[in-house]
Amino acid sequence: MENILKILEDHANLTHEQLAVMCGKEVRELKQYIAQKESEGVILGYKTMIDWDKTEREYVSALIEVKITPQRDRGFDRVAEHIYNYPEVQSLYLMSGSYDLCLLIEGRTMKEVAYFVAQKLAPIEDVISTATHFVLRKYKDKGVIYGTAEVDERGNCN
Amino acid sequence: MIDYSSVLSKTVVSLKKSGIRKFFDLLNDESMKDVVGLTVGQPDFVTPWHIREAGIESLQKGKTYYSPNAGFPELQQELSYYLKRRFDLSYTPKQTLVTVGGSEAIDLCLRAIVEPGDEVIIPTPCFVCYEPIVRMLGGVPVTVETRFEEKFKLTPAALRAAITEKTKMLVLAYPNNPTGAILTREDLEEIAAVLRDTNIVILSDEIYAELTYGARHVSITSIEGMWERTVLTGGFAKAYAMTGWRLGFLAAPDPLLAQMLKIHQYAVMCAPTTSQLAAIEALRNGDEDIAMMREEYDRRRRYIYDGLKKIGIDSFLPEGAFYIFPDLRKFGLSSEEFCNRLLYEYRCAIIPGTAFGEDGEGFARISYAYSVKHITKALERIEAFVSTLKK
Repeated sequence: MENILKILEDHANLTHEQLAVMCGKEVRELKQYIAQKESEGVILGYKTMIDWDKTEREYVSALIEVKITPQRDRGFDRVAEHIYNYPEVQSLYLMSGSYDLCLLIEGRTMKEVAYFVAQKLAPIEDVISTATHFVLRKYKDKGVIYGTAEVDERGNCN
Repeated sequence: MIDYSSVLSKTVVSLKKSGIRKFFDLLNDESMKDVVGLTVGQPDFVTPWHIREAGIESLQKGKTYYSPNAGFPELQQELSYYLKRRFDLSYTPKQTLVTVGGSEAIDLCLRAIVEPGDEVIIPTPCFVCYEPIVRMLGGVPVTVETRFEEKFKLTPAALRAAITEKTKMLVLAYPNNPTGAILTREDLEEIAAVLRDTNIVILSDEIYAELTYGARHVSITSIEGMWERTVLTGGFAKAYAMTGWRLGFLAAPDPLLAQMLKIHQYAVMCAPTTSQLAAIEALRNGDEDIAMMREEYDRRRRYIYDGLKKIGIDSFLPEGAFYIFPDLRKFGLSSEEFCNRLLYEYRCAIIPGTAFGEDGEGFARISYAYSVKHITKALERIEAFVSTLKK
């Protein structure tokens, strides 16, 4: 059953019927397994990969390095919680190395991102410093390569 | 003006064009752009990056020279380890020969052994190359039909019935293209029992050895008394998604290998250097790639088998390779008619079973080396066609 998670991670749009056949399971059994994993919080959601650069939507994304002072007993968790609750924050990681938190943020304009850093992130107590890096181009995300759509070039030759 | 008809070899001229080729020529036409095909006999994966990188690096370092005739010793060494590790077969590095694709290995084997008048037993349906090569050598192909009802396995009884005083070789191509059949250790034991007291050589084409979906592939060379009479051919194309690199190999006892090496020297000299250096990386670090691709094929195999079943087409659940060979006999059309109508009226391409020998009549080869999305689309078209036939 473990490989069902792997298949779902790559192909969330398969129907239960298709998935069941591919894994050699009964549909009922498979539905039960997925429901269980959802309730356990193993499966957290289903998303679609979209290359927004190919649409009219205007947006910018940035990676922000954050240094913070850990709090007694709570470590980094409380500050992290404070930060991830902002809807602009897409991802947040605690890092090893020269800074503590790494966050990925999306906004409509550079000004909006700058405003978020200056007005929301930097003033948080325990945040020592921030460094903002704007993303110029996305090449690959979550295993998916961005750019031209895949074309089957195998042709009919064997 | 030169009279071509008088200069060309009559044997070659008499050969029929490959049945697959005939169908592909149709498909490659501009007007066929909208066709959804399940025809291709090669993986839809790209060669794993670390293998490509090894090839690129070899070029960057200027490794553009010939290799020794039999292949780079490092690659022969890795082949020896690989055959032991994956299939428990014992070949020294010098008992391996690196070839230009599995196809050259097959050609070498037949050329080293078949003489005019020799009979070569070929279970069919099968891949298209064995029969023409035997004919070009003046040999006599003796086809033995394998049947849907017997999971397309070569049976000992059928083999025994085909053997005559003139039989020189048996071609054993399992896992099989186009049927997806495999032979288990028990099946091979029975075949070995028929061959043990004969002087028949086996050409064991194991190009799909890594793609079996139940038990691991068993090579006939691991059955007692068979190693000494077998030329094992294989390649990197299907296992590592390396079709375009044109790299294969064979493994055989010294007396056989020495003669095949001579032909190889005169015919091609050596296999491409870049491909050989990439293949070393594949053998050293590619086991996980094989596992990943096999898992993916396995899912599609179940999916297409089930999909065809739901639209009323019976198949034998393939146990190896990446083809399914459904039974179309109940529709009352010849394989070619079925495939042509599916192609022209419903814009979906599959290969008529007859492309793989007359015994493929009533069947078609469907490749599932395609994404689930693509397979789903093709199944919809097949369903639309088949529903008209039922009426």
